[in-house]
Amino acid sequence: MLASRVFSLVGRRSISTSLCLGAHGHAGVVKAEEYTLPVYADRRDVPLPEVAFVRELSAQQRALKEKEKAAWSALSVEEKVELYRIKFNETYAEMNKGTNEWKTILGGVLFFLGLTGVILIWQKNFMYGPVPHTFTDEWVSAQTKRMLDMRVNPVQGITAQWDFDKNEWKK
Amino acid sequence: MRGLLARRMKFHLLGAFLVSMGCATLYKFGIAEPRKQAYADFYRNYDPMKDFEAMKAAGVLESAPPK
Repeated sequence: MLASRVFSLVGRRSISTSLCLGAHGHAGVVKAEEYTLPVYADRRDVPLPEVAFVRELSAQQRALKEKEKAAWSALSVEEKVELYRIKFNETYAEMNKGTNEWKTILGGVLFFLGLTGVILIWQKNFMYGPVPHTFTDEWVSAQTKRMLDMRVNPVQGITAQWDFDKNEWKK
Repeated sequence: MRGLLARRMKFHLLGAFLVSMGCATLYKFGIAEPRKQAYADFYRNYDPMKDFEAMKAAGVLESAPPK
């Protein structure tokens, strides 16, 4: 309720000033703003857009449009193509044609992956300290022996790969 | 220009069905069946007491020392 009170105070000002100025200057007819008019768009699912592609026709094109009003068999092939190009921007073939953008994208992705790799290598070399002592070969082999003794994952896992009779990994 | 959605939909419905059934079949015969077979083979002639003695001898059981 309070909101509607505020709106009535501001209500007189809700119509934009430029439209009001325009309304008074042209004998009562408001000039349509550019953005309110229908636009042309190349879309596969809209075969006949609302307006033609070319809006302001040159003298030559206007003459052609006049010729279009007569019999169409009198038009040459180039004239027919010209009439088509006045009405449409791209043909369906041109519209659906692929680009080479994927090469740029792939190149960019691979470049940044490589850059990340360089950064990681630099970090391992210059930034990180030594790994814990539990990663040394002696510790890892003692750890693996204990896992085998405990029969960890005997069906499909690590113990299944070990040959207990020959005391070596299965081939 | 006719039936654009219908044609696309038919193609993709068939494709989706085939891809999903293919994935399921591959999983069943590539992963699930071998796993069942491995477990069957393991437990067919499994002797738990022999396994226990082996683990005891290796010294990994705290309350059953090798001695």
